[in-house]
Amino acid sequence: MTQPEFPIKVVVAKIGLDGHDRGIKIIARSLRDEGMEVVYLGMRLTAEQIAAAAVEEDADVVGISLLSGAHLRLVPKLIDALKSQGLDGQVLLVVGGTIPDQDVEPLKQMGVHGVFTVGTPMASIVSFIKERAVPPR
Amino acid sequence: MGLFSKNILDRISKRRRDWEGRELAGALAKSPETRKQFTTLSGIEVGGLYTPEDVKDLDFESSIGFPGAYPFTRGAYPTMYRGRPWTRRQIAGFGTARSTNERFRFLLDHGQTGLSTDFDHPTLTGYDSDDELAEGEVGRVGVAIDSIRDMEELFDGVPLDEVGISFTINHPAITMLAMFLGVAETRGVPWEALRGTVQNDSLKEFFGQKTYALPPAPSLKITTDIVEFCTSHVPNWYTVSISGYHTREAGANAVQELAFTIAQGMAYVESAMERGMAVDDFGPRLSYFFGCHNDLFEEVAKFRAARRMWARIMKERYKAKSAESMRMRFHTQTLGSTLVREGPKNNITRGAFQALAAVLGGTQSLHVSGYDEAYDIPSEEAMKVSLATQLVIAHETNVANTVDPLAGSYFVESLTDSVEEAAQEYINTIEGMGDGSMVRGMLNAIESGYIESEIAGTSFEFQNEIESGEYVVVGVNGYREEAEQPEEVFEFDVEEEGRQLARLTEVRRDRSSADVEKALDEIKRKSEADENIFPHVLDAVRASATEGEVMGALRQVYGEYVDPGVF
Repeated sequence: MTQPEFPIKVVVAKIGLDGHDRGIKIIARSLRDEGMEVVYLGMRLTAEQIAAAAVEEDADVVGISLLSGAHLRLVPKLIDALKSQGLDGQVLLVVGGTIPDQDVEPLKQMGVHGVFTVGTPMASIVSFIKERAVPPR
Repeated sequence: MGLFSKNILDRISKRRRDWEGRELAGALAKSPETRKQFTTLSGIEVGGLYTPEDVKDLDFESSIGFPGAYPFTRGAYPTMYRGRPWTRRQIAGFGTARSTNERFRFLLDHGQTGLSTDFDHPTLTGYDSDDELAEGEVGRVGVAIDSIRDMEELFDGVPLDEVGISFTINHPAITMLAMFLGVAETRGVPWEALRGTVQNDSLKEFFGQKTYALPPAPSLKITTDIVEFCTSHVPNWYTVSISGYHTREAGANAVQELAFTIAQGMAYVESAMERGMAVDDFGPRLSYFFGCHNDLFEEVAKFRAARRMWARIMKERYKAKSAESMRMRFHTQTLGSTLVREGPKNNITRGAFQALAAVLGGTQSLHVSGYDEAYDIPSEEAMKVSLATQLVIAHETNVANTVDPLAGSYFVESLTDSVEEAAQEYINTIEGMGDGSMVRGMLNAIESGYIESEIAGTSFEFQNEIESGEYVVVGVNGYREEAEQPEEVFEFDVEEEGRQLARLTEVRRDRSSADVEKALDEIKRKSEADENIFPHVLDAVRASATEGEVMGALRQVYGEYVDPGVF
């Protein structure tokens, strides 16, 4: 497969106070190895900080990870923050972590493009991002 | 002196070569082995057969010995589980103190023999429930404790002088322990009667659990404040639970877990000794906490190696005289990160094998992670299964009938040596980073990102082995099953956050803010003067200062740690 002329730029971050970062680090490395440009913002970030970084980095994809169970509270805040930065519909938003089945659909309703629960194979995350990270989505 | 005479070894060696040429070669000619190389999960190569040749240099007395005696390879105590079974200590915590108190009583009623407290993220990171950063996380993955009023409620009806109590908290450990001591005071329980553990393992926060609040050096200073205070005033308390569990959950392998955890322990010992404390005064009150993964023999080898390494380090390097300082005691938790969504009932099997390894390795207490943890924090049903898993091992398998049953296995002894050697290499590297000081070595290893990148590398490689199918996780990348959420999963009561906020407002209203301000000022002054702040934190929490206020005062003095985002 040929690489796109400009690599896909992905901003990934841990939102909230959760410290479980094994998964997000694996994803960051994998996406980088796939030729994407990856910026890992680190942990304990607010929705506003992540949205601001997405603008600054001109991100195609914003990925957040949380295993804290706070996704139904924090994801809407992130979506609002992305909207107020004018990124509504401009970035592919993906969420990963410990997310019970019944919360997957509500997250998508809110505007999350992809939800990756525990144990999702890396290949399917990579292909999802490759397929969806180019407009129009 | 080795276990076997040269004469016997020569005969075995000759017999082995004959066997390789005949029986083995014949079998391989018919059907080759299924893999080119067999390794442990840490990547240590494992041979097909172990014989006395593999342990020819092993000296029984100095390397294996007797349980309850130096070097403690066989176990911490002479009779081990024949004398007393391990403590069944399932961790619990969610919502308000009231809800967790109910779960505690449930566990005590179902055969649990110690209590262990899980805190929510705001409490773990030193923020009050009404902090902006706490939104959506109050009481979510642990109990929310803001003030001494919550601590009172948490242990309502629990006999503090009978049940051993553990607090899984690190940078804000000083506030939680002070609140607990305050509650004991009000209930008339003398501090000398309290038995329990505060995790207080500040250094692993930067590469393991990641619930830090302060920068590395100040957090180590406060860990040492707790060690110093408890040694004088709460003599039966375990002052640091030196933890590898979270490092393992962050993706480290068994060798890395062992190495970094012992290195942490060495830094705490040196930090206390730098203050002029005698190693035998505080050494006996340090304990350990490990994870347990699926590689059964490697885990057993790790536990045995850990005891031997710690005993030797305490005796030879720090000149401990008391056996209590050399005797490593540890808690084990089966690893949540090994649990999957595809066929979640299989997680019960995983938990049972991991628990078995911990028992064969001689753990003092045990938590079996809930089979539903890939979905949410464990349900009551899952915790019952976890406790029953422990009971089946204790009562039905007979594995606890003798001490250290795997000792003398050519393979297990050889693997114990290999795990120890590999871990020692890491410790030497870290020591080198501090020019011989483990305090400076660990601070440098943390600040340079060395430990984090070592762990991230291992974790990435392991994931690739899963992705490529080289390591089979049943139900996930082989023998596939659909993800199937168990019928009963933990349901978080969304009203809990509101209840906690109301309570906090009440606490702030009913106290004297002048007293709180005064106590917080004192904490800042003593911190700036580099003195032990424990007595002043006690004053503050007695005056109903909140956890976030105490930690806020410390953040003002020391600043905050920012995750460097190593991957």
